[in-house]
Formats: sequence, structure tokens, C-alpha cells
Amino acid sequence: MAFKHKHLLGIQTLTSSEIITVLDTAESFYEISTREVKKVPTLRGKTIINLFFEPSTRTRSSFELAAKRLSADIVNFNQQASSSVKGESLKDTILNLEAMNPDAIVIRHSCSGVPYFTTTFCKSHIINAGDGSHEHPTQALLDAFTIRQEKKNFKDLKVTIVGDILHSRVARSNIFLLRKLGARVILVGPPPLLPLEFKNFGVDIDFNLDRALEGADVIMMLRIQLERQQKNYFPSIREYRNLYSLTEKRFQRAKKKAIIMHPGPINRGVEISADMADSAKSVILKQVENGIAVRMAVLYLLLGGKEREAFD
Amino acid sequence: MKLLIKNGRVIDPSSGKDAKLDLLIEKGKIVDVKAKIATKGAKVIDASRLVVAPGFIDMHAHLREPGQEDKETIATGAAAAAKGGFTSIACMPNTDPVNDNRGLTEYIISEAKKRAVVNIFPIASITKGQKGEELTDMADLVDAGAVAFSEDGQSVENSQIMRRALEYSKPLNTLIIEHCEDKNLSGEGVMHEGYYSYLFGLSGIPASSEETIVYRDTMLAQEAEANIHIAHLSTKGAVDIIRNAKKKKIKVTSEVTPHHLILTDSYLESYNTNLKVNPPLRSKEDVQALIQAVKEGIVDVFATDHAPHTPDEKDVEFDKAPFGINGLETAVSLLLDRLVNKNIISLKRFIKMIATTPSLILGLENKGKICVGADADLTILDLNKEFIVDVSTFKSKSRNNPFQGWKLKGIPAMTIVGGKIVYPFTSSKNF
Repeated sequence: MAFKHKHLLGIQTLTSSEIITVLDTAESFYEISTREVKKVPTLRGKTIINLFFEPSTRTRSSFELAAKRLSADIVNFNQQASSSVKGESLKDTILNLEAMNPDAIVIRHSCSGVPYFTTTFCKSHIINAGDGSHEHPTQALLDAFTIRQEKKNFKDLKVTIVGDILHSRVARSNIFLLRKLGARVILVGPPPLLPLEFKNFGVDIDFNLDRALEGADVIMMLRIQLERQQKNYFPSIREYRNLYSLTEKRFQRAKKKAIIMHPGPINRGVEISADMADSAKSVILKQVENGIAVRMAVLYLLLGGKEREAFD
Repeated sequence: MKLLIKNGRVIDPSSGKDAKLDLLIEKGKIVDVKAKIATKGAKVIDASRLVVAPGFIDMHAHLREPGQEDKETIATGAAAAAKGGFTSIACMPNTDPVNDNRGLTEYIISEAKKRAVVNIFPIASITKGQKGEELTDMADLVDAGAVAFSEDGQSVENSQIMRRALEYSKPLNTLIIEHCEDKNLSGEGVMHEGYYSYLFGLSGIPASSEETIVYRDTMLAQEAEANIHIAHLSTKGAVDIIRNAKKKKIKVTSEVTPHHLILTDSYLESYNTNLKVNPPLRSKEDVQALIQAVKEGIVDVFATDHAPHTPDEKDVEFDKAPFGINGLETAVSLLLDRLVNKNIISLKRFIKMIATTPSLILGLENKGKICVGADADLTILDLNKEFIVDVSTFKSKSRNNPFQGWKLKGIPAMTIVGGKIVYPFTSSKNF
């Protein structure tokens, strides 16, 4: 088992075997959440700060529960109640929190590169919980965990990712991860939200959802932010829905055993019809469940274990 | 006090001189240039193994005074210039308040006389308050000492106003300098749009935001039969537009910065805010096109776009940092090391682009040349000396330079302004 990183900043810097290590480790933690007593002492005495500068329910709660189930102490930093609204710089805010001697800081920020920036002046382990349009590594890892549960293998799997690729950190982390594990990735979206340069990440691009769904094993729908329409990335929600919404009819083009994924939160009736989101093909809630095991694995690999101590 | 510079390799592109010569300076002027000068009572500088060039001129610097003295002042900017080998700098008008009237232009000139060790030439804004609505009193500003007009930091958005400015500037024998950027296209962008902006998840500034305005302005200059100078050229497309415009005899000149010739967008992997600059660091193809343009003479001058910002302003999220690179103290060494030492351009071409041509473009009559009667503004270079960039030694008030730690060969060894040695510094003055 090899995972020799101090931080988890993105998928791009991980090797395929490190990704597999995280997934295998998550496998062993998965069962803990199904026990009656959902707690192990693995990270007892460790302190983790959940530092979220952007609204989040899923990711923040998922990290919190993951930490608690490993017996770590976790503190939530709420942006609204923080000093950043009083004009304190990001660096000062983080240095103040670091002065409280945490072992790890889980950070989400609307600006790309903030987790990396944080490592330049922080001693703690830094875990990226989503930075701007850059990366969201734990989301991609939990997506991979979910895909592996359903499909066993990544090699030659056809994964269609649909939506606002340009602004999506989930898309980027998933592209990097799926390519490293040998899956075939097709990106679909309105051209202003899907620059052709993305081809250089080793993926295919299509602007026609029907065509891109042919023979898909995995369909990953991304949330479309309604404010994008105001900037003319597409003309109207109506038009977006007509061209890029996942409906039952469209789903017929995918493989029979295809699964539907979504990182949430969902705009029902916009990027995905309600019946598709709730269908048996949807693994959306599985993704949320798996998120805890994957984040336990990440916390454990960065903070725990004898090998870890040797590395530190 | 007479100054005799002996045995230097004197290179003066304006006259084609490149020979071992002595230079005699008296009362701020060059009074003799020949192989052996014998004179009494002169302070002698031994320039053997050194290159003596006409004083370097930076057409594009931000001195921040008045209004942002925490970043830079006229005195500290001038000291940085002297250390960097520049004897004259033109300062952009985006101060606070904007240099859009006689009072401010005169203030800058009088402050410079009192406190600056190099010549300072103010550039006034094209429109009042840089608001893009009404032209400034350009004739009055020229009379007060403004050497050119620019909205630097932005373009004149309204094409009609730009056209009027070009037309109006003609009989004034002044120059319009344009920062080319369509703000609707650059929007919230913080780096060059392309593979790396998608990889790093940063908002992109497309090449088209520069190129559309470069094209528009060359067309407007053609119609007005006026001069236009394009600031900090950064894209391949912009180079092509200027190449074509020059073929058509449109009176366009342009400048390029050291950072746009040396760094690419891939460096932003570090999210180092000292690399955040506008126009942004472009792709490898753009950099190659800029170097080619320098070789061909499509680009006329080197300029720094010296843009100081305090450490606190830069020590933030990439999206929130201000644009700008502090360039006066590294420009000459970077260009010597990366262009001259690598035989991309000759030393003579380098001097032409950093002294001779800027003086012609700005109409600085007695500068940019070494001949009897010219101002005794000289830059003396030591081509063999190596140094490591250390921002803590900067004379500039700010430190935002991405070349920290770079090893470079070739330095400005001495800077002489109006016959006075202003660098190396002899006293610690007020900067």
C-alpha cells in the first residue's frame, strides 16, 4: 500500500495505483458505517478543521461524519460567522486556525488554487474539498468507488459526462481519474461550456447528447447553474433542457445496464428528469453514501497508520 | 566636473558606432567621442571590458505616485530604474487621481526634479479620469510636458473617441499609446485562455481580446494617418496584424516586455500571483511568435510595464491578486541573458530597441544616442557578470517579480544621467 502524499490537492498528481489504494482502503472502511456502533478509534486524538468558504451540505457533512467515525475531533468553520467578512485576508484566517494546532484542514473555496496556496504557508495536511473550477478530488474518488461497485472494471468503460464542463471541478477531477484508470470519456455540453481544448485531456467531445449516449456504461450529469444563462453560455433553460437533459427516451440509447450519476445538488427537470433521477438506474444516493467511506480512507491515508508515521 | 569614460566598447545604433572609444562629458553633455581623449581635471572611469551604450529608456512604467505610494514613489521607482540601467522612464497616468491635467503633469515633473535620479517623462491619459468619455486637453498637457497619451490598464473602449484622439494628436506631434484589451472578451479572466487555463481551472483571457483592439486601432490610425504605439504586445495574432499594418505603411510601433518573451502560461501551475499580469503570460506559440517579431523588427522596443504591488496585495487567492510584474530591475539582465547571450538578437539590436528607438518614438531629441552634443545619459554594461535575482535587494518599494532566484548573465554596471553617476549608488538618499 503506497500513498506517499502529505496533502490531497487533486487527482492530477495521483498515480493510478494511488487511486486504487484509496478505493481499496475505502472498501475496508465501508462496512463501519453499516454497524450499530459506527465508530472506530483509528484517528483518536487527531484534530481536523472543516474550512468551507462556499456553501456545501453534502461534502461538509460527509467529511464531518467520516472524521467522527474515525474518532477524530472536527471543527466546522462557517464562512458567515468568520472573520473573512470583516476583511481578514484568507492567509491570516488560515494562519489563525493553524495556530490552534489542527492535524488537517479540509478546505473548500471558490477560487482555484487556494488549497495549493495554503500549502505554501501551512504545516497541516491540506485536503481539497473543491477549489473553484479546478479540482474536487474526493468527489472523483467517491464516483470511482461507486462505478467500481457497479462495473468492477474501468478499462474501456464508456463514461459520458454532460453539462457545464468549463466551470466544473467535478468534471476535471473525474476526467483525470477515469483516464488514469483506462476508461473512455465523452464530454457533452453546449459549445460555450465545452471548449475544444479539453480534447487534450485525452477525451472525446460531442455536442449532441443522443449520439454521446450510444453504448454508454456510465452517465454522469452535472448541475447546470442557472446564472450561466445570464452570461449567454446558452440561450435559455428551455433550450438547455431540450438539448442536454437526461430523459427516459434518451437513456434508451445507453447500455441496458448503464448507471446514472450526479454529484448533486440536482436541478430536477433541468439537467435530469425527475423520473430518471429516481429510477433504479440512478446511483446518486449511493454516491453520497460512498462519500463517507472514501473520505474516511483519505483521512486515514493522510493522517493515520504506522506507515504514515514512518513517512512523516 | 568633467567625466572621462575610457576604453569602453561604445555601441551607438543611431550612428552605427561599435568601437573602443573614449567619451568626454561636460556640463551634462557629451563633448567628445574619439579613440584617445587626453584631458586634465576629469574624473576617469575605466570601462575596459565594459559596453558603453546610450542611456536606456523605458517607455512603460507605473510609478504609482500620486495616490499609491505604498506600492512605489517617483523616488523609489527612479532608483529602481537607475539600478536596472535605465536613464529615462515614461510613467503611465493611472495614478490616483489620474494624470489628466496640467497640474498633475507639472507635479510629477517637479517631484521628479527634486527626488528622481533618472529622467521622468509623464504620459497623460487620453480621456478625463480614464473614463473613456471626454478627451483630455491634449495640447495643454503636451505644453506641460506630457510625452504621450494612454489609458494604460485598459483600452479606449469607444472607437469613435479613439479615432478622435488619433486625429487630434497629429498636429501636436505626440503619441497615442494603447493598451489593447476588449473587456467584454477578457471579462473575469486572470490568465491566458487555453489548455492551461482549463487545466488549472482559472478564467481565461482570450487572445482575441487583445487582437480585436490591435486590429481596430491600426485601422483607425490608418484612416487618421496618425501614429499609434501598441503597448505590451503578447499574442501571435497581434504580431501578424502589426506585420501586415507595417507592410501597408500604417504608422504603428509596438513594444514587448521581457516577461512576455520569456515566460509562458504553463508557469501558472504554481498559482504564483507574481505571474499574474495583464496582458497575461501567453502560450509557447505566442512566445515564439514574439521572439520572431523581435528578430524581424516587427516589434520596435523593449519596455518593462513595471507594475509594483505590495506583498500583501499579492499574497492572496490568485483570482483576487492585482495584475502586474515589478520589472525595472530585472529587464536588462533578462534580455541580455535570454536574447543576446543566446544569439537571438545582436547586442546592437538590443541597444537599438531599448534606447535608440524609444527616444525616436517619444521624440526625446538629445537622448538615445552617443554623439557630440547629446545628453550625457549612458548605460554601461558588464556582459560577463553573473548574478542571482534577489528581490530583497530591490530599490523598488515592491517585490512582485517572478524571476526571484534566476541566475542571469549580463548586468547594468553603471548608469549615468546628465553626466552624473546615479548608479552604483554613492549615498543612501531618500529612497
